[in-house]
Amino acid sequence: MTLPSQGHAPQCHDFQKGAKKALDDAQLQGLLNRTLKDGFQQKRLASMARLPEYDDLRDRARDLKNHVLDHLDVYLERFEAEVKKAGGHVHWAKDAETARAMILDICLAADAKIVSKGKSMIAEEIALNDHLEANGLTPVETDLGEYIIQLRHELPSHIIAPAFHLSKNQVAETFKDHHTHLDKDRDLSEATVLLSEARSELREKFLTADVGITGANFLIAETGTAMIVTNEGNGDLTQSLPRVHIALTSIEKVVPTLDDATLLLRLLARTATGQEQSVYNTFFTGPKRDGDLDGPEEFHVVLLDNGRTDLLASEFRDILRCIRCGACINHCPVYGVTSGHAYGWVYPGPMGSVLTPHFVGIEEAHLLPSASTFCGRCEEVCPVRIPLPDLLRRWRMRGFQRGHPGGLQRFGLKAWALLAKHPALYAPIMRLAVGGLKGLAGKRGAFKRLIGAGGWTKARDLPAPQGGTFQARYRKGER
Amino acid sequence: MTDAASPSAKPRVGLFVTCLVDLMRPSVGFAALRLLARAGAEVVVPDQQTCCGQPAYNSGDSETARAIAKTVISAFEDFDQVVAPSGSCAGMITEHYPKLFADDEMWHARSQDLAARTFELTTYLHDHLDLNDTGAVFAGSATYHDSCAGLRELGIKHQPRTLLATVDGLTLNEMDDTESCCGFGGLFSIKFPDVSGAIVDKKAANVEAAESDLLLGGDLGCLMNVAGKLKRRGSGVRVFHIAEVLANMTDAPAIGEDAT
Repeated sequence: MTLPSQGHAPQCHDFQKGAKKALDDAQLQGLLNRTLKDGFQQKRLASMARLPEYDDLRDRARDLKNHVLDHLDVYLERFEAEVKKAGGHVHWAKDAETARAMILDICLAADAKIVSKGKSMIAEEIALNDHLEANGLTPVETDLGEYIIQLRHELPSHIIAPAFHLSKNQVAETFKDHHTHLDKDRDLSEATVLLSEARSELREKFLTADVGITGANFLIAETGTAMIVTNEGNGDLTQSLPRVHIALTSIEKVVPTLDDATLLLRLLARTATGQEQSVYNTFFTGPKRDGDLDGPEEFHVVLLDNGRTDLLASEFRDILRCIRCGACINHCPVYGVTSGHAYGWVYPGPMGSVLTPHFVGIEEAHLLPSASTFCGRCEEVCPVRIPLPDLLRRWRMRGFQRGHPGGLQRFGLKAWALLAKHPALYAPIMRLAVGGLKGLAGKRGAFKRLIGAGGWTKARDLPAPQGGTFQARYRKGER
Repeated sequence: MTDAASPSAKPRVGLFVTCLVDLMRPSVGFAALRLLARAGAEVVVPDQQTCCGQPAYNSGDSETARAIAKTVISAFEDFDQVVAPSGSCAGMITEHYPKLFADDEMWHARSQDLAARTFELTTYLHDHLDLNDTGAVFAGSATYHDSCAGLRELGIKHQPRTLLATVDGLTLNEMDDTESCCGFGGLFSIKFPDVSGAIVDKKAANVEAAESDLLLGGDLGCLMNVAGKLKRRGSGVRVFHIAEVLANMTDAPAIGEDAT
């Protein structure tokens, strides 16, 4: 598999270091506990309890996505034909670079200065903002979370809650640093005040933007419709106010019919945030027609591949079912203490650890597939039943073939494997090792420190062996 | 195999000891023997066994995992059933061995045959031998940690709890988030010590908040992890494998506890 043309550069090259930074941040740990467990997890459970057919819907959603992946070419071509019929334009982008260039061209042709943006993970994937800025345009994120991290020049730490890692106070400081035309002594201690300040800043941008760029949650082949869900309504304003609307999206988002989109919508918000549905579910088809009161004069869809066709042909195909609900992230015990930035790239958590090695290469991202306890909770909550632990294990196999882990870990694993494959060798050597450890422990039941077990004993005591191996004691007649 | 086959009508069960029980806590193996015998099985412990291969499998070393799996499959060919005192190791055999041999018809068939005969201990005692009288006594309270592989791969949830209800004097207090991972993850705990330490700290806090005398579970790896953390936190909760409680072996030092 060749590496797709790179979009966003990785922001953290060492998961261990990124994780350590997060672990040392007491405020972040508090936020993670509150938002994940008491927030996302509880709300999802409550909404599932009100939907008896939940598991049946998951089966249907999995089957639907598999069907689409089996006939992706058919549905994409139908989608393209319907978009054209409605007066819109479709642009096929094979990689990040091509997509950036296409979008810049559309913006330049529209003589754009300000570009308003709805939340789009694809825009993060291709690092669109940097490219537009480098070419003299002013992209303005209009989703509150995206707006905040844009001001701070950070990557999102969560796919549905980009500024998830920030406290109210940090947001207030960010606003004071950037909204310098406002009174610097103003009181920003209330969340509602922060919201209205963001709203008034953004309202101006909505009205002056020449081009609006949104993502798309689903593309509907039978009607040529792109649809998005938001909770803030910013997507609607981004789409309908500027003269030109660009829906930037990726090829696996297509579904055959409006009914199919509805099936996925029934799962998406419930699984993500526990809402029955998102506050705004917006379907856009083509540009403004004669007699329409509002809407863009031009409608473009940029369809990004960026290596997805390779994924489709690979053993990682199942990840293309992902509908970006974030449930695997919300329930991952590792993400629950590391947050998103440790993962280094655009997509964090279990789904990110499957996608990132594909986009930035297994050499760069070799730690990510290992950064999982394989607890299986991600697969348990996935609305489209992606076997995430299995996919992570496949990346571990590829990593192992390329020498990861290396050094002492690999040596230890190989030495252990040699013994484990030969019971006649294993038994006496392990008996000696256990005897030695037991002798070292004496009457102590656990080690506080032990040479060679520093990783373990850094965080917890190491229980000492009871004494003798089971096999040896059993062979001596003990029962 | 050192034990001779017996012609009785009892199911002939091979005990897969698991490497951690073999090396770190043999009493769990002896507890399993007693429970299986009490429930009416004839138990044999083949000596040609080491580990189920998870450390290799989960490190991406499929070749080694396959080699180890072959020794396990061969060692347990002749038993009616195979029982392991671990959801994680039993799950490795039942869920993952067939995947390892997807491209090898002969070994795939043999792995599927073993998978169909392999059970985690509490599941086997409860669902297959209908054990409903352990004769065990413990005057006190316990909380139970649902280990991930057992819970999510094998559906182990009510079996250990039903068995614990047979222990005279024992009350069960459920802890908050009992289904969340303890952060062990096998080699994960060594590769990512900081992350693992932070996850197990949450688990230990939940255990303490359950205000119980004992923490019980069905997987020694998780139990060693949480016991080590509880000890580091200065907690007095005693940690046992569920088999030890069901076999009335709680007078011995708990996991990580000093000998008196």
